[in-house]
Amino acid sequence: MCTLEQRGRVFVLTLTGDGEHRLGHALISSLRSAVASAAEAAAKAGPGSALVTVGEGRFFSNGLDIGWAGTSRARLGELVDALRPLAADLLALPMPTVAALTGHASAGGFLLALCHDYRIMRGDRGVLYMSEVDIGLPLPPYFGAVLRAKITSANALRDVALRGKKVKAAEGKEMGIVDAVYPSAAETAAEAFKFAEQLAARKWNGGVYASIRMSMFPEACRSVGIVEESDEEKRKHFASKL
Amino acid sequence: MESKDSLCTVERRGRVHLITITGADDHRLNPTRLAAIRSAVAASTGAGALVIAGEGKYFSNGFDTEWVRTAPSHLHATMDGTFRALVADLFSLPMPTVAAVTGHAAAAGCALALAHDAVVMRGSRGFLYMSEVDAGIKIVDFFAELVREKVPDAVARRDQLLRGDKMTAAEAVRRGIVDAAVDGGVEDVVEAAVAEAERLAARGWDGEVVAEIRKALWPKVWSKVKDHGAGPAAPRPRL
Repeated sequence: MCTLEQRGRVFVLTLTGDGEHRLGHALISSLRSAVASAAEAAAKAGPGSALVTVGEGRFFSNGLDIGWAGTSRARLGELVDALRPLAADLLALPMPTVAALTGHASAGGFLLALCHDYRIMRGDRGVLYMSEVDIGLPLPPYFGAVLRAKITSANALRDVALRGKKVKAAEGKEMGIVDAVYPSAAETAAEAFKFAEQLAARKWNGGVYASIRMSMFPEACRSVGIVEESDEEKRKHFASKL
Repeated sequence: MESKDSLCTVERRGRVHLITITGADDHRLNPTRLAAIRSAVAASTGAGALVIAGEGKYFSNGFDTEWVRTAPSHLHATMDGTFRALVADLFSLPMPTVAAVTGHAAAAGCALALAHDAVVMRGSRGFLYMSEVDAGIKIVDFFAELVREKVPDAVARRDQLLRGDKMTAAEAVRRGIVDAAVDGGVEDVVEAAVAEAERLAARGWDGEVVAEIRKALWPKVWSKVKDHGAGPAAPRPRL
């Protein structure tokens, strides 16, 4: 389902296998476990870690396991609910995060990519696609909140969510969704890893990093269920450093 | 305690009320300097526009952590409170405001620049830098709100806050954070800011309307500072 390896100070989370990496209960659980392990290992190692998430094969992730849900609204609801805490884990992760998009990312898969700090994508093929409007499914509220937090050009947001645009890497860069584009999957993965190493080398304090990230989009954080730290707690942290 | 005269100066140039943060140091913001700047802002009555500039290498390098280290902890909130009061004063000022970022502006110094309606910045020297991530300091909600409302682009905001990018004026203009980069020295930047302020003053806008529109454009920042300003310039300790 997924593997977590540590290469130096970078944690590499890989969605394994040639399939679509559909987000069902099992994969979501594995991903949450892996992300938690990375956070734990980083806490022990001290400041200066980073995470890269990558999918093997043609897909980063093609979204929730709607095959398993079938016509059951209850099942679909379960998957939507199960993905939410994984989104929260990523938004609260105490280290910089990079999504290495070597394959398609649709719907829930696109959401996961957006929950990373940076997106590095192959330019030769692959799309980012919020398919809900085409499939006839409304966006769960937390999807909307994360989209609004990360895609701040009104037209880009409209094109992604309301027009079901299939965004290639180069356009993604213009829309402010993709940070860097590389010509092949192999280069994308390699550069994403290098970039993560550079971020890790900044030796940012993980707790502070996560706090600053969350302060950038409190609405999205609330929407995925993260409890915000109060200003009072932040000031105590500041005082403790003096 | 230094007299406020040594912390900033005030002059009128035409319709523009020009405040210059003085000193060869890095213009750290502590309750005393903040109170001096607030007094200088309060003295703008009758002007058509306001400019805040710095002399020397710095606009402001942020909060005075030395002061915080030596001050009793119940006064730490005073610095935050006084800064909010200054931003409240700027937000409710009945005239357009322009920041002349004549040198480095970091952390609270950067936030102070962003609290103006327009920002011009020295092109050849100086960085805009939200240093908190590098310094290991969490960002309180009001600061984050200021950056969220004044830097609406998610990528620019992430690079500023989460990556601690040191932005030159050209970079800041490209990202829509600063309005113009000005070639030359400190005085050239000040003149450009004053010229822009004079153009805004020449529009003859009703000052109260300017203030109300400003508060409506950035309501979340206003809501976080409005209870702090509009009072005596002396900071009140908040426990």
